[in-house]
Amino acid sequence: MTRYILRRLVYGVFILLGVNLLTFVLFFAVNTPDDMARLAIGGQRVSEEAIEKWKVERGYDKPLFYQAGAQDAARFTDTIFYQRSVPLLRFDFGFSDEGRDIGHEVKTRMGPSLALAIPTFFLGLFASVSFALLLVFFRGTRLDFAGVVVCVVLLSISGLFYIIAGQWLFAKVLRWVPYSGYVEGWHSLRFLVLPVLVGILSRLGAESRFYRSLFLEEAGKDYVRTARAKGLSERVVLFRHILRNAALPILTGTVSAIPLLFMGSLISESFFGIPGLGSYTIDAINAQDFSIVRAMVFLGSALYIVGLVLADISYTLVDPRVRFE
Amino acid sequence: MPEFTFLWTDVFVLILVLLLAVYVWHARRSPALRAAWGSVGRTPSAMCAAIFMVLFLLVGVLDSVHYRPQLPPLPGQESAAPQYSPALRSALDDLLALTQLSQRENTYSAPLALRQFTKETEIVDGRAVRDFPRLKHAGRHLAHEDDRPADIRRRVLAGFAWGGALAFGLGVLLTFAHRLRQPTLAQAWRCWWRRDGTGLPWRAMWITSAVLAIVLAIVARLSVDYHVLGTDRTGNDVLWQCIKSIRTALVIGTLTTVAMLPPALGFGIAAGYFKGRVDDVIQYLYTTLTSIPGVLLIAASVMMMQVYIDTHPELFTTVASRADLRLFMLCLILGFTGWAGLCRLLRAETLKLRELEYVQAARAFGVGHWRIMRRHLLPNVMHIVLITLVLEFSGLVLYEAVLSYLGIGVDPSMPSFGAMIDAARLEMSRDPMVWWNLFGAFIFLLLIVLSANIFADAVQMAFDPRTRRIQPQAASAGAPEAAS
Repeated sequence: MTRYILRRLVYGVFILLGVNLLTFVLFFAVNTPDDMARLAIGGQRVSEEAIEKWKVERGYDKPLFYQAGAQDAARFTDTIFYQRSVPLLRFDFGFSDEGRDIGHEVKTRMGPSLALAIPTFFLGLFASVSFALLLVFFRGTRLDFAGVVVCVVLLSISGLFYIIAGQWLFAKVLRWVPYSGYVEGWHSLRFLVLPVLVGILSRLGAESRFYRSLFLEEAGKDYVRTARAKGLSERVVLFRHILRNAALPILTGTVSAIPLLFMGSLISESFFGIPGLGSYTIDAINAQDFSIVRAMVFLGSALYIVGLVLADISYTLVDPRVRFE
Repeated sequence: MPEFTFLWTDVFVLILVLLLAVYVWHARRSPALRAAWGSVGRTPSAMCAAIFMVLFLLVGVLDSVHYRPQLPPLPGQESAAPQYSPALRSALDDLLALTQLSQRENTYSAPLALRQFTKETEIVDGRAVRDFPRLKHAGRHLAHEDDRPADIRRRVLAGFAWGGALAFGLGVLLTFAHRLRQPTLAQAWRCWWRRDGTGLPWRAMWITSAVLAIVLAIVARLSVDYHVLGTDRTGNDVLWQCIKSIRTALVIGTLTTVAMLPPALGFGIAAGYFKGRVDDVIQYLYTTLTSIPGVLLIAASVMMMQVYIDTHPELFTTVASRADLRLFMLCLILGFTGWAGLCRLLRAETLKLRELEYVQAARAFGVGHWRIMRRHLLPNVMHIVLITLVLEFSGLVLYEAVLSYLGIGVDPSMPSFGAMIDAARLEMSRDPMVWWNLFGAFIFLLLIVLSANIFADAVQMAFDPRTRRIQPQAASAGAPEAAS
């Protein structure tokens, strides 16, 4: 078991190296620091001196991979690649193009992100699974059909509409909750109710339809027929047999998504003015701040890999049939 | 003679239509494909959705025939080479020119309104008056403004009559078409009205077309003299914006999946077929790609593309061609970042297929790797490609709205639902509220995505053995009724 986890973690490190190289190529080789400087300063007619000054200030005035004029190791260390990409592997994000410490920003913004993401995720999961179970309980009836229709309609509506409609109805017309904003501590509850609700609703259609098909697949299996033949009630069959067996694929999907909750949600954070990592990323994209985007890419990939490893481990814990090779 | 211009996405749309025709011809000859598509054809909801899809496709294709109209020669230079307008027009623009849709106002106006939404200062009889000015292109024929409700009512009734007549004509046509195989007209009518479960669901399709025809006739009748869905901030007709956005949505939904096919097919089949080292490398490749948060990777790539476009302005002759290249590149980027999911499915399927007897036999006969992959594996994974193509479509159309909101979507000069929703965000906070822009985008986006989803479900049911296994018990009880 330990050996398996170690092997997965080493594989994860290799993936991170790949991510690092890929983002470096994407950000620096395709798009030279000169272009970035021109974009940051603005306009086509930027003098050479201004570009040089911008580059020196931010440490972009070095060759990409190989410094020909330097001594031994400095040939490789005195390059943009070494100075910009290698610290990322130690989770040292450095400074943004604006000059702020990215690591500090990440730490302070993680709280609001989690305050929104965790309730949305777990309440949403609960709502979707319950709805799917309800449909499976009434499978083949008009209620099931109506439920599937509702799911298809719900998942055909863009998430942006839910947010805009929710803000309009609850904040503008009914005035139950504020439009947007965030404060520290428990008082943030009234700011978070609407985003959480909207987040649950926008996931409900797609997820409960998916879970319903998972449950239906289990419901067609032999052991379910055996359970019914024994005379067990439908309720027991549903909760004790179908739900427990179908929980396996749900669990892997869920566990691998949990670490990514740290990243926050891009859209709803920016709509509801919550100062989390999602809105931080969006601001960086809009301001074309490459350092922040690169740091967030790296953080996201690392969390994704943690999620993969967690999913593998949880799989073996709940299903004794799964063994590590 | 105008100068026809083929933009990148135009070429793609036209090739796609051509490929669709080739596929239909191919599917008709293959018994397996005919049976699968037959089962799609027997699903009433899917065929009703298909009617909408065909309509949207038609709009998209018409909007993809671009040309630059020839400008009238300047006085004194009649013999010089013909000059062409710098603005591109499409065949759809010419069709819409018959109505009031392409006419612009100054700024916001409510649906079917005669006057602008905001007050302006006008000079009346030499004095400055602040009032809501009359619209330039709405209800010009009315003698008095109070006639508007009566006029609208008359137009709605006329549109209803026209649409009803069209639907009736369709019904008569259907009956006569069935008359070829039935002895009497009454039996022919009964044949398509009372469906026996084997042929196409004609009744549901007819009801859908009838509703569609009536709505379209009413809208067409009204849009000759009014702005049916009002106008947006810059005075463009919202209905016109919606219709023009259809093409953008269609291109994003299809071109992206087509762009993912080469890497997904190549890597997926190679990984499943060769196993071992090749498989390891390819798995590493797509795990690396999927581990990067999708939106960020897309944002990074789009930022790179933006820099390239900004530094090479000489490549584009018109604004439309620059916007179009951006759309084209956006689809390629989405495809490049999104092929991992399809690749994983194809790899798993190929792993299964390569152990089957016919592949083993081919290998025993000494058939080359390339030939085995092309002749034996590729045709047998095509159903996965097809299912992915239809399933991804609706998700991508919705994704475009999100990307445009984030500012990494299509060019701002290109009409798109994302841009409309983005604009609506500020309009909702006005008082009184400007709701029609969002409403228009909502209706059209819902129609496109809903019909695509319903159609995709039927396709998946017909082609995916796994869904077919779990579905029958649910499908037998509540037979989906005609949803129009």
